[in-house]
Amino acid sequence: MTDHEPDSNPQPETLFGVEEMELNFGPQHPATHGVLRLKLTIDGERINDCYPIIGYLHRGTEKLFELHPFFQNVPHTDRMDYVAAATNNLAYVGAVEKLLGMTVPPRARYIRTLLSELQRISSHLLWLATHAIDIGAMTPFFYTFREREQILDMFEEYCGARLTLNCMRPGGQPFDLPVGWVEKVGAFNEAFPEKVDEYEGLLTENRIWKKRTVGIGILPPEVALDYGVTGPMLRGSGIQWDIRKAMPYEAYDEVDFDVPVSYNCDTYDRYLVRMEEMRQSVRIIRQCLEKLPDGPIMAKRPRVLKGPKDSDVYHSVEGPKGEIGFYIVGDGTPNPYRCRVRPPSFYNIEVLPEMVRGGLIADLIAVIGTTDIVLGEVDR
Amino acid sequence: MSESENGKPDTGATPEAPKPGTEEVEPTSAEPASDSEEAKAAAAARAKAEAAAKRAAAEAAKPAWEKDPVTPEWQEADQDPLVQALRGTHAEALQSSRLFAGDLVVEVAREEIRNVCRTLKEAQGFTLLVDLLGAHFPEREEDPFEVVYILYSLDANRRVRLKVRTAEDVDVPSVTPVFAGANWPEREAYDMYGIRFEQHPDMTRILLWEGFNGYPLRKDFPVEGIDTGAAIYPEFYGETAGPVAGTGTGWRPPEPPADEESESASAETAGDEA
Repeated sequence: MTDHEPDSNPQPETLFGVEEMELNFGPQHPATHGVLRLKLTIDGERINDCYPIIGYLHRGTEKLFELHPFFQNVPHTDRMDYVAAATNNLAYVGAVEKLLGMTVPPRARYIRTLLSELQRISSHLLWLATHAIDIGAMTPFFYTFREREQILDMFEEYCGARLTLNCMRPGGQPFDLPVGWVEKVGAFNEAFPEKVDEYEGLLTENRIWKKRTVGIGILPPEVALDYGVTGPMLRGSGIQWDIRKAMPYEAYDEVDFDVPVSYNCDTYDRYLVRMEEMRQSVRIIRQCLEKLPDGPIMAKRPRVLKGPKDSDVYHSVEGPKGEIGFYIVGDGTPNPYRCRVRPPSFYNIEVLPEMVRGGLIADLIAVIGTTDIVLGEVDR
Repeated sequence: MSESENGKPDTGATPEAPKPGTEEVEPTSAEPASDSEEAKAAAAARAKAEAAAKRAAAEAAKPAWEKDPVTPEWQEADQDPLVQALRGTHAEALQSSRLFAGDLVVEVAREEIRNVCRTLKEAQGFTLLVDLLGAHFPEREEDPFEVVYILYSLDANRRVRLKVRTAEDVDVPSVTPVFAGANWPEREAYDMYGIRFEQHPDMTRILLWEGFNGYPLRKDFPVEGIDTGAAIYPEFYGETAGPVAGTGTGWRPPEPPADEESESASAETAGDEA
């Protein structure tokens, strides 16, 4: 952290003997991963303050939820974190199932676990590619997109879509696995750890990469908790907390995996945590493929889902970016009365000023990359 | 029945249909001597009852996903240790405490919400503010708005929801002094519902722009949108100009001022029409 407090001193000590300057950063800036706008107060290259301005991608999704029946809301969830649609679907259908008391058949639970772990790998690959490009390493982009493309092809084979999957329904899964899919995922899964080695070979001990990430964007654990930061950001700050372990859902209590944690609280450690998470996802996928049970994929359910009168639930899952949760209020009609999304990126970007204050503008790029935000989810 | 279940567990209805028929046939073949109608009827009734009992047993033995969903119901949670601990320190602040689908939901008096949050954080270990959101219930006579706080304790691995009822013209104590992360979600609740928070460091809109006229997640806000152009560009659009509610995205050009140059305007329109 920094000891620099811009408001405490009316005449701040300036770096280059010039006055503080306000700089607009974004919203159309390639390093902001979308339409994030920052109002920076800078002194030369040093950032004295940072004020994020969001809302450029606001589409009123929460209002839309109230207008559609429970079934028809699943596609809306795809469009929030559009690089991790499966976990969004999972959080939403999990909340609806909790509201209506539905039990999901085991085969559907395993398929969901498979899909969300593939999605986690694909989201982390996209993060790694863009994060590395932001910092100046072009090569990892080509490597990671090679594997990401394979995952998207598997999604396409399963549900017909590559990004906006719409691949889950309240009560179970809409389709069974296509013929040959399990073998294909298994082959990819066995080959993937070597690919992670390749990425790590490009970056982990790369001197430039370490110069740009070690000690940059420090986020102490107490600050992270105070701001509601979750996911790899929290685990990179030394708090070993993962909803998959803490409150297991779907098939996560039947598979064996570790929750990686790192204690230096900087950008480099968050990078290490995410790389290790991809390896753990490989473990989970391998076990799911081995244990994949036969049987039905859809629970018995009423044709029209109606939320019980005067009821509300909150259900969340561990998305690639953190805790993604849905708070749904039922009022006896087929539509949710109120549906609130708990977006992980919203809270992860809220802490950005704490991480960049006192740093350099070049480091700001690295820190935005490490938060792994998707503005579709921040603005909803 | 058992064979068919081993074979295909997901076809629950089909093996039951031919069951009564086979049951009725069997007794007649077993007792060919008794051909009286009463005995036949009694045997058929017995067989039917047995079949029904078997069906009920099969229904009970079914896995949970083949049964109808069991809707969760509210339960009182006065005996919950957390509620009792809160009752010791904030007896008058707690209005109700219930469980729904395993989640503890506590209704808290509006004035006390910050103190309750502080107690939960400092004494009970609820260090993570998972989410904070607003809601609108216009059918409620007083206090139609609600603010929901979802807190999580890493030590106890437990979530608790706090609910506060409020109205348009009263402020809710902000919990930003307790949880720094409440800053943005409180701004969003203000942005979407017009719920104001007292002692909030930056009570401005967050997703919409300053000057937006209305609170879009309120139940009375029209889905098709409202006239926003006039408020954003007062120098271009007068009070009656700009995008109009109910016209989709259809922007209408401002009509020429009628009162000042009424004669020339009417002459022009007359000329156009002719």
